[in-house]
Amino acid sequence: MTATAITPTGVADRPRKSPFYWAVADTKTIAWRNLVTIRRLPQLLVFSLVQPVIFVILFRYVFGGAIKIPGGLPYVDYLMPGVFAQTVAFGAIQTGIGLAEDLHKGLIERFRSLPMARSAVLSGRTLADLVRNVFVMCLMVAIGYVVGFRVQTSLLGLVAGMAVMLFFGFSLTWIFAIIGLSVTNAETAQAASFPILAPLVFASSAFVVVGTMPGWLQGWAKYQPVSVAIDATRSLMLGGIYTNNAKVLGSLAYSVGIVAVFAPLAVRRYRRAA
Amino acid sequence: MENAPSDNAIVVEGLVKRFGSVSALDGVDFSVPKGSVLGLLGPNGAGKTTAVRILTTILKRTAGRADVLGIDVGANPQAVRERIGLAGQYAAVDENLTGHENLWMVGKLSHLNPKTLRARSDELLERFDLVHAADRPARTYSGGMRRRLDLAAALVHRPEVLFLDEPTTGLDPQGRTGLWQVIEELVAEGATVLLTTQYLEEADRLADNIVVIDHGHVIAEGTAADLKARLGATIVEIAFSDAAAAQRARGVLTGLGEAAVQPDGQTVELKSNDGARVAIDVVRALDGEHLEPASLALREPTLDDVFLELTGHTAEEPTPEDESEEDRHGRTRGAA
Repeated sequence: MTATAITPTGVADRPRKSPFYWAVADTKTIAWRNLVTIRRLPQLLVFSLVQPVIFVILFRYVFGGAIKIPGGLPYVDYLMPGVFAQTVAFGAIQTGIGLAEDLHKGLIERFRSLPMARSAVLSGRTLADLVRNVFVMCLMVAIGYVVGFRVQTSLLGLVAGMAVMLFFGFSLTWIFAIIGLSVTNAETAQAASFPILAPLVFASSAFVVVGTMPGWLQGWAKYQPVSVAIDATRSLMLGGIYTNNAKVLGSLAYSVGIVAVFAPLAVRRYRRAA
Repeated sequence: MENAPSDNAIVVEGLVKRFGSVSALDGVDFSVPKGSVLGLLGPNGAGKTTAVRILTTILKRTAGRADVLGIDVGANPQAVRERIGLAGQYAAVDENLTGHENLWMVGKLSHLNPKTLRARSDELLERFDLVHAADRPARTYSGGMRRRLDLAAALVHRPEVLFLDEPTTGLDPQGRTGLWQVIEELVAEGATVLLTTQYLEEADRLADNIVVIDHGHVIAEGTAADLKARLGATIVEIAFSDAAAAQRARGVLTGLGEAAVQPDGQTVELKSNDGARVAIDVVRALDGEHLEPASLALREPTLDDVFLELTGHTAEEPTPEDESEEDRHGRTRGAA
């Protein structure tokens, strides 16, 4: 072992920059760290694809034939935007699980003792999960193409539809960040998330036309954020009778609103956690 | 930055922390002179970790004073964070990052220059004997290696004050000795260290001063020697082959000092201020009563003896209700 003085070398070591500069830099560092984890543990990515792929197969080949949709398009075209929503929604649970693990392992404790931006652990996490979602979404589009899904509008429509859905997924990760910081371990984070997502994802326009549901459910199923995101994506990817600019704007508004409400709550929760 | 330059790196006065109606710290005072090591000793749930978490800006105090390097930890936590290092009880390294990446991450988050940081992490990996494992994910490390990496991470930004919260808990004796050597080297270079521990041997070896806390109160403080002196200079341990003999011997020896039968029922411990010559008296007294000991030993009191004397229980024996309090309130992490 060589001698390494631990005495301080002073402020020269630390470039003096604005708090905003550091918030961005720290977010990048945390996002990098989370992406390295995803790369080292690719099974996490595989697991997050298993459920949506099962649903694609189930609905495309098993139930699909019995489901009537308007507009004369094949059911698979109707189905895929719903599966995209399901993918980003259940993927958002990973944000909570990751934070619960960091908390459990004492990493949050260390982060809190460092002179880093208070918001960066959360923004870095949600940013990394957004990057992961971009990757997962591209895979889902490719899988969709294999089973017959075709974008009816244009490449721009495809990209815009994915962007709307990814933004929605990003907004959800802030909700699950709060859950992850409020429970003591990853298992609890997972268990606590499912009951929140089930009514959002399944009582929606994801797999069947809302008009076929009982009346009391239709109001919820039509206007809740997951349905609106799906309808917005259908509008952009399928066009035709699915064109609905109000849903596109509505979904963007929902996503902005969710971030505006839940991001500050999550940061507040972070300051108190551990 | 310092409003009152002083020789103390840490000053704590009347520190109180309440979690609801439970007081984890109930008016604690201590100070740590620059360049010295304070051993904060106490059983699980005594409030050690709570004190560290307040001083490292992780937790807000309820009342009292807590200054690090002359800076109020509550008023200016950011300035404190730039100058302290924390190595925690659970070896807070990212298991999926390599040793090198862990140090890089902590250095980046401490806002070091990338250039300085690269040199610094190479230096630390070498110093802590982790070069061979620097590019392996930390999840492949042994317990001792993780603790060394954790300590290296706490040192990346060259902190002036180092907080070590039970740094060797859960390590095997070899890992413990290795870590002690590293800490001793740091101290030799002038670091100020606040060390919490349940292991009295650890405090005895590393700490200049010791503060013993129990139930959120300071119950004793001084050097290891001061604390041992409280118990008298010499302890004679006399073992018998049956409990009746031990009881009789206790009666015989009471005149020579403080004699007590130990929990095993067959050993009598005598505390005396007479030094080694007490052994002669002991042998004479026992012989006079025809009591033949199975073994007889003279020893200096250990901090374990001090702790038992002060708290009525041994340091490593957790008191269940305290442990759960600290778990519930002190931290939300799982395993205790």
